[in-house]
Amino acid sequence: MNFPEELRYAKSHEWVKIEEGNAIIGLTDYAQSELGDLVFVNLPEVGDELTAGEAFGDVESVKAVSDVYSPVSGTVAEINEELLDHPERINEAPYEAWFVKVENVTAEEELFDAAAYEAHCAAESED
Amino acid sequence: MEKKTPLYETHQKYGGKIVPFAGYLLPVQYGIGVIAEHMAVREACGLFDVSHMGEITCVGPDALKLLNEILTNDFSCMYDGQARYSVMCYENGGCVDDLIVYKVRENCYFIVVNAANQEKDFAWMKAHEQGDAVFTDISDTVAQIALQGPKAQQILGRLLPEESFPTKYYSANFDAEIGGMKCVVSKTGYTGSGGYELYLAADQAPAMWELLMEAGKEDGLIPCGLGARDTLRLEAGMPLYGHEMDETVTPLEAGLNFAVKLNKESFIGKEALASAGTSRVRVGLKVTGRGIVREHMAVYCDDEQIGTKQVGMTTSGTHAPYLGYPVAMALVDPAVATVGTNLSADVRGRRVAMTVVPLPFYSATRKK
Repeated sequence: MNFPEELRYAKSHEWVKIEEGNAIIGLTDYAQSELGDLVFVNLPEVGDELTAGEAFGDVESVKAVSDVYSPVSGTVAEINEELLDHPERINEAPYEAWFVKVENVTAEEELFDAAAYEAHCAAESED
Repeated sequence: MEKKTPLYETHQKYGGKIVPFAGYLLPVQYGIGVIAEHMAVREACGLFDVSHMGEITCVGPDALKLLNEILTNDFSCMYDGQARYSVMCYENGGCVDDLIVYKVRENCYFIVVNAANQEKDFAWMKAHEQGDAVFTDISDTVAQIALQGPKAQQILGRLLPEESFPTKYYSANFDAEIGGMKCVVSKTGYTGSGGYELYLAADQAPAMWELLMEAGKEDGLIPCGLGARDTLRLEAGMPLYGHEMDETVTPLEAGLNFAVKLNKESFIGKEALASAGTSRVRVGLKVTGRGIVREHMAVYCDDEQIGTKQVGMTTSGTHAPYLGYPVAMALVDPAVATVGTNLSADVRGRRVAMTVVPLPFYSATRKK
């Protein structure tokens, strides 16, 4: 399981990279592993307003559908259209398969650093 | 508290991700994932633990008469070893369960039922016993392993002499022996890719599993979990109790007419089935819009003549890994059941377009 140091993490298993009011959001390695083979991704549109802690899209594995939550509030500047046709990229390289780029970030959820997130995943696995 | 099948430790050894299902702890998938397991069964071979299934025997001079009374199919004119699919109905025509009956020999039948329905089925059978015939639940002593896929015969051929193979689809050899273990070898399955199902003593299941895995190594045999079992049966258009049929759905609505013999003198549910009109039928749907349509989603028709209205509900749905697109099954108004009809499903508030297509979605002889 991979937990890159340079990223921050939401307890709902999204990773986020925040730089100068812009954010890039994706699903973590732990999340893709728990969900299994992903076969469908639903993304917002450019210009949509996201609210920290609220769902902005969903992913479906062969087994189930799961919401994807935004760790930040802001405006969608770009979406990763490649994922729409190739959701398996999330399984293959979760930290490269970003979902959305967000600008004008105004608020963020309480986020973990890599070590704290790893501990959070370990605790969840034991349940 | 969920029960463990005799292969529980084996699944752990092979990296199975264990989940509770129908009262049992079973692997939903192994490390390789549902899609790879699904493709292995379509293109090579997969091994499944289906020991959770229930097994019930019906024995006695009146066994045939009893089965013909409580089940919808007709079990007269079967040869020893032959298998026959059937539904068991309530008086009102709803389904108690669907099941497979094997004729072991005269006056002796072997019945395989769904795990989730085992206790209910057995209670129903005992309550309707009549004449000189007795049902016995032997589920706890029997393990079931399914070897499914185009390479199944080749793999099993390394362990089983040719003369011990059941020759016809839906038949079984009740006197087979593999690696010194007595077993039933049945040419049946629930994947649409052909293969065999083995029934054997529960305590021998781990040894049998390892023997099969070893024999299938060079043909790409891998263990498969419940996830692939569901996507495979769905892609093959096979109904599942609790989805395409239940106590509120008749076998005729579920499209199982071939297993309902209304010309039999009598059977439980006959009057209701013979007199009821069909207000809904099971259809196959190919999803043409963006999204995965799953069970319990409302199905709509937007037609100039009929207008926009709800015409049914989906019963199962998933991404079909071999076909490469999502499919669903639904119970719909017969007026919109014609192949080619455009419908849509409400997927969490969003309309996703679908087209009625023939079942099965996938057929081993027809391919894509």
